[in-house]
Amino acid sequence: MKEKIENWLEKKTFHHSQFWDLLKLIEQKEKKNLKISLCIPTLNEEKTIGKEVVIFKSELMNRYPLLDEIAVIDSGSTDRTLEVAASFGASTYLAEEILPEVGHRRGKGENLWKAIYQLEGDIIVYVDADIANIHPRFVYGLVGPLLYQEDTKYVKAFYDRPLAFSQGLRPSGGGRVTEILVRPLFSMFFPELSAIIQPLSGEYAVRREVLENITFPIGYGVETSHILDVYRRWGMDAFAQTDLDQRIHRNQSTTALGKMSFGILQSFLTRMQDFGMIREMVEIQKVYRHFEAKEREYILMEKEIREEERPPMATVPGYRKKYNLPERA
Amino acid sequence: MATLNPILEKIPLFQEELARNKEILLANLVMAGEIPAETFREARKKEFMLDRFRECGLDKISTDEVENAYAILPGRSSRNILVSSHMDTLFPASVDHTVQVDRDVVTGAGVADNSLGVAVVTSLPTLLQAMGLQFDSNLILMGASRSLGRGNIEGIRFFLDNYDEPIEAGIFVEGVELGRLSYNSLGMLRGEVRFRSEGQPLADDWVRTGMIEPLANLIVKLQTIPLPHRPRTNIILGSCNAGKSFNMPATEARLRFEVTSEEIGMVSSLHQRIDEIIQEVASESGLDVDFEIIARRRPGGIGFSHPLTWATRKVMDHLDLSPIIQPSMGELSALIDKKIPGLTLGISRRATRAESEESVYIEPMFAGIAQLIAVISAIDEGICHERED
Repeated sequence: MKEKIENWLEKKTFHHSQFWDLLKLIEQKEKKNLKISLCIPTLNEEKTIGKEVVIFKSELMNRYPLLDEIAVIDSGSTDRTLEVAASFGASTYLAEEILPEVGHRRGKGENLWKAIYQLEGDIIVYVDADIANIHPRFVYGLVGPLLYQEDTKYVKAFYDRPLAFSQGLRPSGGGRVTEILVRPLFSMFFPELSAIIQPLSGEYAVRREVLENITFPIGYGVETSHILDVYRRWGMDAFAQTDLDQRIHRNQSTTALGKMSFGILQSFLTRMQDFGMIREMVEIQKVYRHFEAKEREYILMEKEIREEERPPMATVPGYRKKYNLPERA
Repeated sequence: MATLNPILEKIPLFQEELARNKEILLANLVMAGEIPAETFREARKKEFMLDRFRECGLDKISTDEVENAYAILPGRSSRNILVSSHMDTLFPASVDHTVQVDRDVVTGAGVADNSLGVAVVTSLPTLLQAMGLQFDSNLILMGASRSLGRGNIEGIRFFLDNYDEPIEAGIFVEGVELGRLSYNSLGMLRGEVRFRSEGQPLADDWVRTGMIEPLANLIVKLQTIPLPHRPRTNIILGSCNAGKSFNMPATEARLRFEVTSEEIGMVSSLHQRIDEIIQEVASESGLDVDFEIIARRRPGGIGFSHPLTWATRKVMDHLDLSPIIQPSMGELSALIDKKIPGLTLGISRRATRAESEESVYIEPMFAGIAQLIAVISAIDEGICHERED
């Protein structure tokens, strides 16, 4: 296994600086006649969205036309996220207004899933909106492997672990949930996948042929389930990963990470059952319980976390119609 | 002044085009603003500018011993116009340099002074290309190092001392304040006086007061120097530090001051008078005193009615801007020393100024850059050679 993982790392792990020559990337994109879309899922991100749109629009559309569209897909922000994004030239959409016939669920995964319908790229790049040190490398570093390697279908970002941070901003390393939950699970049940350094990173670029054929948990489990589904259907060679150096973003509380882990475990266990790796499983409870201490009193907090899943987009009639896919039998 | 009207007529078009391409400017503002560049530590910002110049395919992209950044946007003639912004800011690298872009304002450490200036000079080739503008003159685009404080405009001085070609005129770009029009320089001297007892035993008189008393004596004597109201002359006592606690006599005391005057020779004579006072206080106290000149400028400039100033006022008038006329003590004085016509212009309006960050409005930037392009166009058309009113 060690050799297998090392071989994969050798072949499929990149640093963004390998793709610095944007003119060559554009040449490659044109040669392959590909369209590339950027999707930024948002919920109340007015403080960071302006900078992201400005940087990507200036550098990757105006100066170097690597991107064909920049779209912000919003879960219903109550701040000025969409107004700010639109003022700098992003296309803005409310997730609930896309494919209204399938209804609306609240969650980041919902935005990512509906982006497959709304955006027209052959490659879709997903970048979170809360990145304080945004830079074009967050896009070209992920698109690079897809443009140069035919067999690569899904490229994940990973980041450095800087030594110091301040002012409420935390540089991300492997991530606490990755190291405490996901990596142990992968090591136990899918050891090859432990080669993916940051499986939960919110930045990835994927070919449409993959996106339209996988299910989308609408909550915390979306990244984990993507990795398991792509691995099972297309194998390890479908993945690549790119080191994007530092990523500075808001710190999350331990409680928030607990909820996140609860959602990820739901998706993971469901997948294990689907893959026949667990024969019998008791019904999974959907309420996450934790405590908040107030002086000497401990208050039980309960939060329902239900990892509902959206079906593969290719099964949605409205999508098949828009993209002229033959009707299913 | 027949050449100015066609330029003035194009100003609204310039503004529209600039608004259409605002992401180019704002992206450069974000990227420049997130690079810390304290005076003498501008190397990374210089590299940023050089990289951007390379991407634009400019000519003669270069740097020098004092970390200036240069490139030439070639024209069709051999005339040269300098467009420069200083790269250094007052914010140390330890301050968070994250820049935030809101719908109307950009906020971050040093965005006003002078990341916006750097962003404008850096974006100029791309913006001009997008607007389909080409000049006869070569534009020397410069990021000037070591401008502020102890930098003492070393960057621009180095360039002017070592650049062999004639320069038609120079424009210095500052982030704020839109409407700023500096066409002359005050005579100026910045000095630092230090009383120190280290290495020598304190005389009885100084045991209780330490170095604070001679410093206080000096301050009192400096205030007795008579200053004329006209031409305007001033001595500003800018900062004063001494001692570390409640009950320990100060072993060191420091005073920083600035002398300014519109009158040629006045700063030199005040310098002489201040030097005498310092020696007098030193002699009375029996202490050693260090007196260091940190920066010096000569007064001068091109005058209110110089064709370049006139044309700039017309451009501002066309943009409904009231000129904020203020003498410069920055890079412009180096240009004045070399008898080259020049101006300092501001690009936008300051939204807020806090200890740790600055904010600038986005909308006024389009007028600020349109003004800059119109003034460059006027120089390119030969305005500096026209006779003064």
